[in-house]
Amino acid sequence: MNKAIIIKDLSHFFGEVEVLSHLDLSVDKGELLGLLGPSGAGKTTLIHILTGQLKFTKGNCCILGKSPLNMAGEDYKQIGIMMDNLGLYERMSCYDNLKFYQMLDGKRKENIEPVLKKVGLWEARKTQIMHLSKGMKNRLAFARAILRQPKILFLDEPTSGLDPTTVTAIHQMILEEKHRGTTIFLTTHNMHESEKLCDKIALLNNGKIVEYGNPNDICRRYNYKKKINIHLKNGQDIVFDHTREIWEVIKTYFINDEVETIHSTEPNLENIFMELTGRKFDI
Amino acid sequence: MTNHIKAILWKQLKDTIKNKNIFIQFVMFPCLTILMENTIHIENMPEHFFTNLFAIMYTGMAPLTSATAVIAEEKEKNTLCVLQLCNVKAFEYLIGNAIYIISICMIGSFVMGLTGGYAGTALLKFMLIMFLGHCCSFLLGAAIGVMSKNQMTATSIGVPVMMILSFLPMLSTFNETIKKFSKFIFSEQLYILVNNLTENITTETGFILTCNFVLIIIFFLITYKNVSLES
Ligand SMILES: Nc1ncnc2c1ncn2[C@@H]1O[C@H](COP(=O)(O)OP(=O)(O)OP(=O)(O)O)[C@@H](O)[C@H]1O
Ligand SMILES: [Mg+2]
Repeated sequence: MNKAIIIKDLSHFFGEVEVLSHLDLSVDKGELLGLLGPSGAGKTTLIHILTGQLKFTKGNCCILGKSPLNMAGEDYKQIGIMMDNLGLYERMSCYDNLKFYQMLDGKRKENIEPVLKKVGLWEARKTQIMHLSKGMKNRLAFARAILRQPKILFLDEPTSGLDPTTVTAIHQMILEEKHRGTTIFLTTHNMHESEKLCDKIALLNNGKIVEYGNPNDICRRYNYKKKINIHLKNGQDIVFDHTREIWEVIKTYFINDEVETIHSTEPNLENIFMELTGRKFDI
Repeated sequence: MTNHIKAILWKQLKDTIKNKNIFIQFVMFPCLTILMENTIHIENMPEHFFTNLFAIMYTGMAPLTSATAVIAEEKEKNTLCVLQLCNVKAFEYLIGNAIYIISICMIGSFVMGLTGGYAGTALLKFMLIMFLGHCCSFLLGAAIGVMSKNQMTATSIGVPVMMILSFLPMLSTFNETIKKFSKFIFSEQLYILVNNLTENITTETGFILTCNFVLIIIFFLITYKNVSLES
C-alpha cells in the first residue's frame, strides 16, 4: 500500500454547523500535500481529525492503514505534528522542551542536539521559551515535530506571520524532510508557499475541496484564461483574452509603432481560487 | 511507573522552580510556621498552635491551587493536546501530577511537623492527617482544573473553595455559628484531629471525613468523565 493518508467521504459537524463536508482526498507516501484555504475553511479541524484529537462525525479516514480513532502508542510515534498554537512549555528551556518529549516516547536524548542545530537553536538551547521570538518558537515547534523522525509530518501553518528569512529557513527544512522520504501534510494561507513546496495541493473552501492536483497542472488547466496586456505609448492599457483573433489587432498596434510593452499573465492559484469561489483569498 | 508518569514528574520539577505562583504556594506556610513558632510566644497559647493552624491552611490551599493552576494552564496553552499526541492518557497525567504535588506538600508538612516539635508517633499521625488532607484537596483542585477552560475561570472557582477550606477552621475557633457549618468540611475535622493527636478519633469525625472523601471522589469522577481532558 503506498497511500499514507486516505480520507473517504469525511464530514464533520460542530453542533449544527457542517465544518467539513464529504471530503475525499489521499496522500501518497513521500508526497507533500498542501491544504490551502482561507481562514475558517476547516484546515485545522481536518488536522485534528487526522491526528486523533477530534472524533469526526461521518465518513472514514486512515493514517498508515489505521483509523485515527484506534491509534495506539506505536502509531503515535510515526507522526510528528506542529500545531498552529505550538503548545510549548513557556517556562522551560528549548532543550528541556525537546527532552520532555523524548522522555514521553521513552527515548534517550541523543537526537536533540542534531535537531536543535538543524533548526539553528543550539546556541539558544538554555533560553526559556517565553524569551524567544516568534520565529524561534516556530522553529522549535518544527524541531519537536521532526524529533521522532516521523513517517508523516503534519504542519499547521508553519510559516504564518514570520519574516521572510525565517520563512525561507523553514521551507528549506520542510524540503529536507521531504527528501528524507517523509510524507508531509501542510496547511497554509500562502499561495506562493504552496506553489514552491507542494507536489499536490487541495483548495479547501467552506469545508469542501474545490480543486485538487499538482500546482502547475492546475494553473495549466486554467490556461485558457491567459491574458495579454499591452501598454501603449500614449499611456493606455489594453487587456486581451488569449485567443487566435487578437493577434491581428495586436499586429496593427505594432505596425503603427504604438506599443510600449507587452506581456502575458498566466493564471496563478490566487486568481483561480477567486474564480472558483467568488471569494478573495484573505491572507 | 510508566515513562509517561516519569516524564511528567520531571517536567513538573523543572517547571516549579521557575513558576513563582506555585513555588510560593509550596513554601509559604512552612516558612510562616518556622517564623511564627520561633518568634511569637503568647501566654496560655495552646501547644503547637501555629503549626496546627498553618498546617490545615496549607492542606486546604497548596494542593488545591497548584493542581488547578497546573491543569488549567496546560489546557489554556494547548500543551495538553501535545501530551495527547504522545499517547499520554488522562489518568497518567493526573497520577503524575498527584504524585508530584502531594509529595512536595508532604515535604512541606514534614518541615512544619518538625518545627512544631512533633516527634515519633505524634509526627507520624500528623503526617497521616496531612496526607489525607492533601489528597482531598488535590482531587478537588484537579476537578476544578479539568472543568475550567482557562486559568481565569480556574482561579475564580478555585479561590472561594480554597478560602472555605483553609479559613473556616480558623474562623470557627472564634465563632460558634460558623462552627455549626464548618464541621461538615474535612479541613475542620482534620483541624480537630491534629489538635487532639493523643485521643482516639470520634465517630462523628470519622463519619464526616468518610463522607467528604466519598463526595469528593464522586465529584472528581463526574467532572473527569463529563469533561474529558482529551479535547
Ligand atoms: N471547537 C469548536 N467548536 C465549534 N466550532 C469550531 C471549533 N473549532 C473550530 N470551529 C469552527 O470550524 C470552522 C473551521 O475552523 P478551523 O480552525 O478548522 O479553520 P482553519 O481553516 O484552520 O482556519 P485558520 O486558517 O484561521 O486557522 C470555523 O468556522 C470555526 O469557527
Ligand atoms: Mg487553522
